[in-house]
Amino acid sequence: MTFPSVRRGLTAATALTLTACLITACSSDSGGEKTQAATEYTVWDPYPQFDASSDWVKLLTTCGTDAGVTVKRTGYDTTDLTNKALLAAQQDNSPDVLIVDNPVVSTLAEAGVLTTTDEVKTDTSAISPNLLAAGQLGGKTYGVPIGANTLALYYNKKVLDAAKVDPATVKDWASLTAALDKVKAAGKKGITFSAIGTEEGSFQFLPWFWGSGANLTQLDSAQGVAALTLWTDWVKKGLAPNSVLNNTQTTSWQEFATGDFAFSENGTWQLANAKKTGFEYGIIPIPSQAGGTAPAPTGGEFVTAPVQSDTAKYATTQKLIACLTSADNALTTDTTLSYVAATDAVQQKQVAANPELKVWVEAVAAAKGRTSDDLGTKYPKISQPLWTAFQAALSGSKQPQQALTDAQSAAAK
Amino acid sequence: MTSHAETLVRTRGSSRVRRARGQWAAWGFLAPVVIYLLAFYAYPLYRNLDLSLRHYTVRSFVQGNAPFSGADNYRTVFDDPTFGPALLHTLVFTFVSIAFQFAIGLALAVFFTQHFRLSATLRALFLVPWLLPLIVSASTWSWMLNSDSGIVNFFLKGIGLDPVNWLTSPDWALTSVIIANVWIGIPFNLVILYSGLQAIPVDVYEAAALDGASGWQRFWRITFPLLRPVSAITLLLGLVYTLKVFDLIWIMTKGGPTDASTTLATWSYRLSFGNLLPEFGPGAAVGNLLIIIALIFGLLYIRRQRRD
Repeated sequence: MTFPSVRRGLTAATALTLTACLITACSSDSGGEKTQAATEYTVWDPYPQFDASSDWVKLLTTCGTDAGVTVKRTGYDTTDLTNKALLAAQQDNSPDVLIVDNPVVSTLAEAGVLTTTDEVKTDTSAISPNLLAAGQLGGKTYGVPIGANTLALYYNKKVLDAAKVDPATVKDWASLTAALDKVKAAGKKGITFSAIGTEEGSFQFLPWFWGSGANLTQLDSAQGVAALTLWTDWVKKGLAPNSVLNNTQTTSWQEFATGDFAFSENGTWQLANAKKTGFEYGIIPIPSQAGGTAPAPTGGEFVTAPVQSDTAKYATTQKLIACLTSADNALTTDTTLSYVAATDAVQQKQVAANPELKVWVEAVAAAKGRTSDDLGTKYPKISQPLWTAFQAALSGSKQPQQALTDAQSAAAK
Repeated sequence: MTSHAETLVRTRGSSRVRRARGQWAAWGFLAPVVIYLLAFYAYPLYRNLDLSLRHYTVRSFVQGNAPFSGADNYRTVFDDPTFGPALLHTLVFTFVSIAFQFAIGLALAVFFTQHFRLSATLRALFLVPWLLPLIVSASTWSWMLNSDSGIVNFFLKGIGLDPVNWLTSPDWALTSVIIANVWIGIPFNLVILYSGLQAIPVDVYEAAALDGASGWQRFWRITFPLLRPVSAITLLLGLVYTLKVFDLIWIMTKGGPTDASTTLATWSYRLSFGNLLPEFGPGAAVGNLLIIIALIFGLLYIRRQRRD
């Protein structure tokens, strides 16, 4: 009679233990690792393509050893990283070093997630001011660029030769459109870019928008309308394919790689792929409306130090950041990432090693941060109406003027 | 007499003890599922409701001191010019998708009940859309429907028709994602309806055949009414799945061009995660609206079932 009830009690106990295990994850070994955790520094980066054997991760490990700590590194997808960083900060569990896409810096700074470079005592004097500006908000600096990339025009030599276009003559919008007309007349395709309805599309539109002299605080200015009209006319006249509306920078590159297109608006990071296309290519800066190089937006990541409850950790964090951004290491990292360095000195070294980078170094010098001009977190609220506007104009549902007027009123809200 | 009463009391007492012990065991067994439900359903739902009732900025999201703002987020959502189109697209997307998925799924299910050679192989082939990861099928559709290099436009050109900007024209984007979604949903309907058909006794059909019922009559008078409970659950599940379809649309059109293929699901995602500056409050509010719509149809189904 007692046996079954004992068994029942045991079963109940087992069920309860199991339940308890579910909650506490059955941790019995949580005590032993404390001493090691004190010298363990976490680093999050948006380069999931690099594994433990890559130069990047090796550099992180070396920098950690030099600073006397072990580095625990996690690579996240760049679109995931903002929310991951916000959530971690909410739980007071931020990494010690966070490497994050530059337009996100102001959002995280606004959230109070990041320390200023003054607090951590990071030296920013050597960094090009136009690159550093993307990480500045209200007179304070929240990180150091690890390198930069930007946009320029790749061209296909064979297509241009067949259409009798000399790329050196492409100096402004008029000469570029004339070149595209000639290419079309010769039976090839003109230009491809990415006008997708996301931040990526805004990134690609900005060189034309800024190149007209327009300002992000006034989307519907005459200059802004001129920039959008340029894009819209290209698509309308068949100089650019309709698929640009759905193109990411990767798919637009794939179109260029078919060898049918004369031009592709794309970034520094495609250089390695350009060599694989099998045709001769060249690179020219994106022209502004009146001539000269248009300011393109800067891409690339910032090395930042998230706020810690234990401020004593900052001294070592500073060592890690200094190591990652030191001239020699920056050269390695930027070469691996196919980026342009953020300091003059390293840029000179890069050009000396690879003359092809000269046009990119010039483009980066003319480039401008999206969140610069103290726009900060206002930028995302401008960028979304902007991409909505060019999607509306390119798909023909609104005229450029109307699209931008609507965008301005949405951005001003 | 007294002794009998005593034993009665004693037995009752010991049975109470045993019952109490049994109840503990019962709770012990229940605990995992209760905790699971609380941790993974009740708490997220509560958090989502809480998110939608507070004014969150990135700063207050991190510091956790967002002020209570009542229905402000809902007002923002209702006043947004995207709300009208998003709601309309959600309803059109859901009902058109389900109508086609169900009709084609049912037709195929009836077709496959006639056993013929290779019918099992064919039926397995129809399951392919279901087995493919959604990101693969959505990307493939997106390539096929590409305006310039897509195979669909190549084919249209081949038979002398004008190419269509499937994904980039505001008039066609919604249609394109519906077509892809119908293709993905057919196998689900086919499988459930096919197994429902197996449960209808053959002798009913035999009796009907003896009475001289035509094939058409057999379908409408026997198959369709007897399949009603299975159809109802298929439609309800399809409805809930389709309401929340997000990945397919996001991969194919990102809800664009402008808002031409935005549904409540993609809009909610765009608000919360699709921008550099997340708007968690309105995003959660749109998510809650979706839950309410699904709930209404669930309740309708339960009421329907009770009446049967």
